Amino acid sequence: MEQKAPELAAVEKYGGRRSCLIQILHETQREYHYLPEKALRNISKAMGIPMTDLYGVATFFKAFSLEPKGKHTITCCMGTACHVRNSQGVLDELRRCLGIEPGQTTDDMMFSLETVNCVGACALGPVVIIDGEYLGEVTPARAKKIVQRLMEGEGKD
Amino acid sequence: MVRFVIDGRSVEAEKGWTVLETARHYGIEIPTLCYMEGLTPYSSCRLCIVEIIRGGRSRLSASCSYPVQEGIEVRTNSEKVRRARKVIIELLLASCPNSRTLQCLASKYGVTKIRFRPEDRGCILCGLCVRMCKEQMQAGAIGFANRGTQREVAMPFHSRSEECRECGACLYVCPVCELPCPGPLRPGQLCNSCLDTVQIEAFPSKD
Repeated sequence: MEQKAPELAAVEKYGGRRSCLIQILHETQREYHYLPEKALRNISKAMGIPMTDLYGVATFFKAFSLEPKGKHTITCCMGTACHVRNSQGVLDELRRCLGIEPGQTTDDMMFSLETVNCVGACALGPVVIIDGEYLGEVTPARAKKIVQRLMEGEGKD
Repeated sequence: MVRFVIDGRSVEAEKGWTVLETARHYGIEIPTLCYMEGLTPYSSCRLCIVEIIRGGRSRLSASCSYPVQEGIEVRTNSEKVRRARKVIIELLLASCPNSRTLQCLASKYGVTKIRFRPEDRGCILCGLCVRMCKEQMQAGAIGFANRGTQREVAMPFHSRSEECRECGACLYVCPVCELPCPGPLRPGQLCNSCLDTVQIEAFPSKD
């Protein structure tokens, strides 16, 4: 039997309720690492929500991306507490290691670099989040090591 | 029937009416931009603000979406309202300095200078076109996208959507995408040419 598209599976899971739209978009994004136009059109059709409304929601929240993202998302916190503990140095190191600017994705679609203005874990600063895992007290040297380890891990499989 | 007071006059309104509807019914002028009969009130332009006194407290509220209540007192042209309205016109003009509608409003309500740096965005985000497209044209081809300073009226993915029939209703209702005010105006300059002829402030309310 043919595998159901993840966005349609998500719609079904929440019974196509409009109030669950954000959750449906989240689950869709988890599968694709971004929100492809085709997936949004499928959701629009399946839930009977006009495409304009869906586009409005998808562009309103920063958590959703309409651009393809890499397999791994590296988010560097640039909040005040992290900033005074040299998060700029960490970000510079990440930019150097990955060769991309914040908001961009590497050509091999492996890494996306993001910045965020506080994740609420100021005591741990500077904070770097890798695929949802929070790493505290990151130094530029440690940031380099983390990226290298991720790159090696990708080389193996 | 709901009884309350507008500008010192006691008025009667049907339950479910808004303050703006009642005022218009009694011939009291309240300026609006984002309000249009037949569309859901959106209260985004804030031009229709009035002072509403309820339980001894006064506050400014958009009259186009304020439901009438027994015993409230509404002032549509008090000093407080006039001052706030002027700032609103100034702010709207700063984002659309070439709009003829806005320039005329400025003249009418005595706005003689813009203190904000003009930045022509060509849109005041009043949402008239969005509601027109959705509610009257039954198309829903355009909507709001992004947020904050990036907010804009757009079609999904910035490509023409299938729903759009090119009816032009969005252009018809738009208060800012029209020919600019005639005359030799620098961007950001105020026209004010009808300032002498119509002046609302010449008729202050009785407060």
